Amino acid sequence: MSRRKTERLLSLVVCLLSSGRFLTATQIRAAVPGYPDSFDAFKRMFERDKDELRELGIPLETGSNSAADEEPGYRISRQAYMLPDIRLEPDEAAVLGLAARVWRRAELAGAAAGGLLKLRAAGIDAEETTQPGIEPRLQAVEAAFGSLWQAVRDRRPVTFAYRAAGRSSPQVRRLEPWGVVNRHGRWYVAGHDLDRAEPRVFRLSRIDGPVSFAGPPGAVTVPPGTDVRQTVRAWDADPPALRTAVLRIRRGAGHGLRQRATGCRPDPVDGDWDLAELQFSDVGWYADHVASFGADVIALEPADLREAVIRRLKGVLA
Amino acid sequence: MTAEAGLSAAPAPREPSSRPATATDRLQRLLALVPYVISRNAVGLADTAAAFGVTERQLVDDLNMLWCVELRAPDPYCPIDLSYEGGEIVVSQAESIDRPLRLGVDEASALLVALRMLAEVPGMEERSALSRTIAKLEAAAGEAGAASAQVAVQVDHNAARDVLDQVRGALAASRRIHLSYYVPGRDEATERDVDPMRLLVVEGRTYLEGWCLRAESVRLFRLDRVMAMSVLDVAASVPGDAQPVDLDQGLFRPSADDVLVLLELSAHGRWVAEYYPCERVEELGEGRLRISLRTPDTRWVRRLALRLGEDGKVIAPPEVADQVREDATAALAHYE
Repeated sequence: MSRRKTERLLSLVVCLLSSGRFLTATQIRAAVPGYPDSFDAFKRMFERDKDELRELGIPLETGSNSAADEEPGYRISRQAYMLPDIRLEPDEAAVLGLAARVWRRAELAGAAAGGLLKLRAAGIDAEETTQPGIEPRLQAVEAAFGSLWQAVRDRRPVTFAYRAAGRSSPQVRRLEPWGVVNRHGRWYVAGHDLDRAEPRVFRLSRIDGPVSFAGPPGAVTVPPGTDVRQTVRAWDADPPALRTAVLRIRRGAGHGLRQRATGCRPDPVDGDWDLAELQFSDVGWYADHVASFGADVIALEPADLREAVIRRLKGVLA
Repeated sequence: MTAEAGLSAAPAPREPSSRPATATDRLQRLLALVPYVISRNAVGLADTAAAFGVTERQLVDDLNMLWCVELRAPDPYCPIDLSYEGGEIVVSQAESIDRPLRLGVDEASALLVALRMLAEVPGMEERSALSRTIAKLEAAAGEAGAASAQVAVQVDHNAARDVLDQVRGALAASRRIHLSYYVPGRDEATERDVDPMRLLVVEGRTYLEGWCLRAESVRLFRLDRVMAMSVLDVAASVPGDAQPVDLDQGLFRPSADDVLVLLELSAHGRWVAEYYPCERVEELGEGRLRISLRTPDTRWVRRLALRLGEDGKVIAPPEVADQVREDATAALAHYE
């Protein structure tokens, strides 16, 4: 069955591409072998074939050659069908081959391979081979990636359950997605939150369950000049570090902190310790960080940081 | 989590879809096959089959199918003429399918997003080739390329530029590297010699994969945690049986020898399950989670538990739970 279907679809594409003019269903049926004898059965099969060709991205147009034609006709414009000329130098073909590897087994892997195949069919000698020594990869393991990419691509609003940081239960969110961005190794979707009526950014790993489309394709308008990377960057950016902490750090410990210290001197009281000054913004987060060093790093100032670290450590014992 | 890169880990990828090839999959191949042959002066059956990932027998079947296309009206004719005598494919007539179909939105986007990501990798000497390729591909894709602007991967630039240059230089020259490397999970600055294997750029983060002479095994090093490095005047010699990390299985794979750690997290501590690859994640209600994960080194678990305070409790192994309490008591003694 599958073989006959491939033969029929192939003949249909060649027929519609080569005629140059609109052909009616009747003319197509006469030209393309493999359709059933009954006209109704033919129509049903032809409808399905048209859908499948369009899904492959084949630009099948409907129209007529003159206003006098009552029956609609079909054609594939060669101009719309064919990949424009593209020639790559060997170094360009090499990076294309490298790029095609990036998605490997992730969401867009099939698309990357399909794209590469067409470019090779255009005469480009790009292999999916690795450059010596470099291996780029995108994994996009978050289940929501596929649906969100489709929503962004087709400009459709979505809804999903989202568990914001520290929330005990997920909330349903409605979003007009503008784009999907990977930052610091994590995927985010940015868009217009329909309930909050302002731009919002969501982390894909916190989406709970499926993403559903909440409107037809084309329903979302991305505001002109939107830079989704900038939207995510602004959302994710650390607030400016305006406060100064004084930490007592044991010699040979706290390397992660020492690298960021604006000042560091030996503790005049005890030579096994140093006194370091560091900038921070959020007391809660910074207290967690300091607490993680245990007895190797002691918060001296400011008092609220010191108190927060003590609370964290007492929480361990609670 | 065997990697020195330590805590930040990518979850294991899902299994690839294994749906059977459909009639439309084959149609796509047939439509690419004709221009593939035409755009090359001479192509052999074997090479072409390899290029399309099919057997020679399948390829011959494809060619026969193309050759057999017949349109019956208005006058019967066969639009495609080809031969593969002597193992060399020649297409002498192909009507209108002599050019490949244009790129679809997904195809153009997948390639453009990947190329732009590569162009962001600091120190890529291929930067000029990348920008030329991006421009040509955008032109060829036309409208289909537009949506790709809505997907972006930001490559971390935290690694010192000269670290990346030196790593690539050492890889190209196959030389041993000396690293001062920070292991945040243990708050340790380590010194080690590494024979470089690959530079990995995974989800925007850059890693050196290499044979660590100290650990006598393959290790990943996140470049932003390299405190200092030098390329040694020693040839790298990676053992023949050193297994590169299988990226398709995720960057960090626990080993069966690792310690199994059980943690209970409050709603505020849930982020742990997002950051570290867990063996099991169980909802306890009200946003609380019970997770289990494997680690070769429980020191980072102790640090994690101190950071979490009351938002995360080590349940097992009990000796780790005890150590965490001792750590907290020792730290609190400094505040008295």
